[in-house]
Amino acid sequence: MTKKNEGTMKKGTSKRLLKYISAHYKFHLIIVFICIILSGISATAATVFLQKLIDDCITPGIKNGMSSVAGKMTLYLISMAVIYLIGVLSSFIFTRIMATVTQGTLKDLRNDMFNHMETLPIRYFDTHAHGDIMSTYTNDTDAIRQMIGQSAPMILQSLLSIAAIIVMMLSYSLILSLVVAVFIFLIMYVSRKYSLHSAKYMMKQQESLAREEGFVEEMIEGSRVIKVFVHEKKTIKDFSDINEDLFRDSNEANRSGNILMPIVSNIGNLMYVMIAFIGAIMAFSRSTNIGFAGIGIMTAGIIISFLGAARQLSQTIGQISMQVPLIAMAMAGAERVFALLDEEPEEDEGYVTLVNSVEKSDGSISEVPESTGHWAWKHYHKNDGTTTYTKLAGDIQMEHVDFGYNSDKQILYDISLYAKPGQKIAFVGATGAGKTTITNLINRFYDIPDGKIRYDGININKIKKPDLRRSLGIVLQDVNLFTGTVMDNIRYGNLNATDQECIEAAKLANADDFITRLPDGYDTMLTDNGSELSQGQRQLISIARAAVADPPVMILDEATSSIDTRTEALVQKGMDNLMKGRTVFVIAHRLSTVRNSDAIMVLDHGRIIERGTHDQLIDRHGVYYQLYTGAFELE
Amino acid sequence: MIRTLSKSIREYKMPSILSPVFVAMEVVFECIIPLVMASLIDHMNGSSMKPILYDGLILIGLSMCSLFCGRMAAIEAAKASCGFAKNLRFDMFSNIQSFSFQDIDKFSTSSLVTRMTTDVTNVQNAYGQIIRGLVRAPLMIIFSIVMALGINARMSLIFIFILPVLAFVLIGITLIVHPIFVRIFHKYDAMNDSVQENVNGIRVVKSFVREDYEINKFDKRSEDIRVDFTRVEKILAINMPVMTLAIDLAMLLVSMIGSNIIIKSHAADLTTGELSSLITYGIQILVSMMMVSMVFVMVIISEESAHRIAEVLEYKSTLTSPQNGIKEVADGDIEFDHVSFSYSKKAKKNALSDISLHIPSGSTLGIIGGTGSSKSTMIQLISRLYDATEGSVKVGGIDVRDYDLDSLRDQVSVVLQKNVLFSGTIIDNMRWGDPAAGIDEIKHACALAQADKFINQMPKGYETYIERGGSNVSGGQKQRLCIARAILKKPKVLIFDDSTSAVDTKTDALIRKGLNDAIPDTTKIIIAQRISSVQDCDRIIVLDKGRIAESGTHDELIRKNGIYREIFESQTGKEAEA
Repeated sequence: MTKKNEGTMKKGTSKRLLKYISAHYKFHLIIVFICIILSGISATAATVFLQKLIDDCITPGIKNGMSSVAGKMTLYLISMAVIYLIGVLSSFIFTRIMATVTQGTLKDLRNDMFNHMETLPIRYFDTHAHGDIMSTYTNDTDAIRQMIGQSAPMILQSLLSIAAIIVMMLSYSLILSLVVAVFIFLIMYVSRKYSLHSAKYMMKQQESLAREEGFVEEMIEGSRVIKVFVHEKKTIKDFSDINEDLFRDSNEANRSGNILMPIVSNIGNLMYVMIAFIGAIMAFSRSTNIGFAGIGIMTAGIIISFLGAARQLSQTIGQISMQVPLIAMAMAGAERVFALLDEEPEEDEGYVTLVNSVEKSDGSISEVPESTGHWAWKHYHKNDGTTTYTKLAGDIQMEHVDFGYNSDKQILYDISLYAKPGQKIAFVGATGAGKTTITNLINRFYDIPDGKIRYDGININKIKKPDLRRSLGIVLQDVNLFTGTVMDNIRYGNLNATDQECIEAAKLANADDFITRLPDGYDTMLTDNGSELSQGQRQLISIARAAVADPPVMILDEATSSIDTRTEALVQKGMDNLMKGRTVFVIAHRLSTVRNSDAIMVLDHGRIIERGTHDQLIDRHGVYYQLYTGAFELE
Repeated sequence: MIRTLSKSIREYKMPSILSPVFVAMEVVFECIIPLVMASLIDHMNGSSMKPILYDGLILIGLSMCSLFCGRMAAIEAAKASCGFAKNLRFDMFSNIQSFSFQDIDKFSTSSLVTRMTTDVTNVQNAYGQIIRGLVRAPLMIIFSIVMALGINARMSLIFIFILPVLAFVLIGITLIVHPIFVRIFHKYDAMNDSVQENVNGIRVVKSFVREDYEINKFDKRSEDIRVDFTRVEKILAINMPVMTLAIDLAMLLVSMIGSNIIIKSHAADLTTGELSSLITYGIQILVSMMMVSMVFVMVIISEESAHRIAEVLEYKSTLTSPQNGIKEVADGDIEFDHVSFSYSKKAKKNALSDISLHIPSGSTLGIIGGTGSSKSTMIQLISRLYDATEGSVKVGGIDVRDYDLDSLRDQVSVVLQKNVLFSGTIIDNMRWGDPAAGIDEIKHACALAQADKFINQMPKGYETYIERGGSNVSGGQKQRLCIARAILKKPKVLIFDDSTSAVDTKTDALIRKGLNDAIPDTTKIIIAQRISSVQDCDRIIVLDKGRIAESGTHDELIRKNGIYREIFESQTGKEAEA
């Protein structure tokens, strides 16, 4: 029954999970398997011995007195003790080993998921609900834990017991076994029905739970808006509906799960009675009994033994059926885990790497192992087998770039631009004009098919992604900080930076002032994405973080949008220092931020419609001029 | 804690009582059944079919009763535990709705979500176990002991001796494991934080090429959990063998002593059938013991969860609506009277210090100031999103704390800086402002907020579905939709908290002009970074470090040569003509 159920789940998933576990724990699993067999055998053997004790010792003992059976009895009791001991020991061993296997596997799964997740393209994160990704790590792995650690060994053990019991039954009596077979069929039919029903609703429950989780999260995050619009009652009503759905599904799932045990055990009782009836009729009519053990006359002893076995059988089946919904849930979880693991990672066919370098007096560049503060691109040319070094300068070129996130909607049209080292290039335009998209392409968060972007003259598709990104600093409008101290967060830009360097960077970003006023200064712990800080303060930290990284090219995407202009003017001095000698791409709504750029690109619906310096653009009296004077809207 | 939680049982009290009652009845039947079975077995050795038939029919009858009780218990238990969980979630959510922002910050969003989901599920499972298992197991033990005593008192002593030893071991193990479990929960939180930060901050991780660093960090946390969890499971692994050992030992003793008695008394003091029954009862006692210990572990695990739930349920919001609060807001007249505010008692510095200000009804006030100058804090006192620490804020001449909270917030509309759209169509979102708003009204509000043009360009227009968090509209569009939503409320006071930062200057100006023409009687407060957004206001104040540094019209402030002028120059890049 269970086998069939698992079969209907997804064949590949259970096989794959088993493969996954055995990859690291083959040896463990073999021992576990042996121990489970041993404990299963010992459980069955013990009942056999108990029966033998009654048949061979007690019954004749009543007639012939103690002395005639004493020797045999001691032997049986000692054998029983030994068998019990083996059973206890093997179950102790396998549960302990399973603890190691389960937790080890879970850790491997989590780590593999995380490692793999880190390689996934930005597109994955942009197109998947973050809550769903999170729940793979929590709910799904937890369901798998229950299955590996508890359900699977239990089922294996039960299946073994069932096999042993069936063998025992067949050896006692074939006719009575036939009766059992009919009932087993009935039990399987009923429990399959209930457990499938339960499994179905358990999965539904998981879905409703996820939906409720999403709703609660959205509503708590939006609680300011709810309060401002006095929408509490309406929200509670909406919640109530979703909550009712969850109740319905979980009630349904739990009910079927709960009912299973009484049903199975009472069908078992019915079977018991039927066996007793048929057996007794056979015994009283002195019918012939055929069993694997031999042919003879049906006796009371056989019936009694058979009844014992039948009782055990129905209990064991009851135990298995309780596990089915849990297994179904675990399989659904495993499917989601594997789906994450199967996501295509970010492609990286780049082979040009960034290396430490020294420039000789003759201008030639060579690679050195130690840090020199100078970097070069190491470019191996396949066709002639030579390796050239190009100084890392920060020269960016884009030629006729077209791009769309989906094939049906183009975002960028024919974008061409040149950024010489040390130049500041600004993008101006309405939201949705494609400014951020351009920067997404430079650091290859998204790839363009053709090599139309060059970094220091090298097609960026040839550059290894980590090296490319290391050469680019980025400050985004939405700041993401990590749990840790302020210092840790600044050092995120460059793990080798000293405290002093981090503080210097903070000073450069004008963040030092407010940081020192925090309760523990640079050692203040930030949690929950730095929710203790204002948006502006977080932007300042993120600028300091980029400053520490010290890359030749910087992308500032609305980096100062939440910093007031006065503070921005102060930061600006630091930013000017920061920008000195670097190629900088600036995206800003605020024209004051971009005014001193070497070139300003005005973007509209994915096209560059104007370009030039501030003065040139003002003189031109075009869109920029109108924008600047507030006479034109970019949408 | 238990009292707080049990308040949420409510309409599921009946199932919660019925379930144990049915369980108890089921246990009674289950205990009688082996007795009949023993009698049936003993009749096997006889020569008549009649008593076997008789016993068999009784067994079937008992089985049916047991099935009925079991089924009822199962249904009622499911209803009780799921219903209890439903009410818990509902009560938590309702209480969270009354939380002030400080309260929510105190708990953090992710923690509240976990409490409502994972923790409730834990408690639900434990509750189900308690009303079924915790009734079933002890009853089973008692009945079985009584039955065993009835069969043979001397032999039953074996069980009675083994029982406390077993209980001692199981409870001991549970106590050892408990603190480790609590620790594991905390480590799980830390690991989840790590995942969440990476999922949300993947752009930062990738652009700083910190994948390996994050992987190491995650690995440490993951490993931490593995070590602790393995330890717990290994300790718990003792449970089962100890259990089996006890059962086995009891079985051996029963078999040994039992067979002796049977043989010596020639089956007078004890029959073979009775020996089988004794063994069955013995197993039942010990299995029930195991069940008790399992429930015990589960309850202990869920205790932490129950505690976390109770914390939310018991939490009294720091900000409550007064009884019989005033429901009418006379007009949009606002007065700050020596207002000071600090976010927590511990804070060394006040966020706002001694603010006194009068804003006449129907006038416009511009607020400008640096990052962290508490501009947002100041306006959030008006709609009582926070309460002033000292002094008072009055709207329409009455202290805001005397108003019915809902009425106040209905009349004071704030377009927040961190604004949120909800999943639903544009119309759905607009009706947040006014549930009764017709489509024409909505279109009018959107036109005032300069949102109509882009909405009309969308394929589905006003029926366009807004994704969660408004992720499918741009920042500027989102802001304009939020403004339209606030306009629909037709408030007496309308506050813009830097809510046009992503909107270009031209549109910004159009929005302000539109509002001035359409709702001249509404008091408007505009917080902005851009001078151009506030320069036409009737009055402008400059906040600096929580104090009003400057106040006046644009021209007055420019003449003052202070902060305002400095900001103006920094934005226009030219010397102001004073």
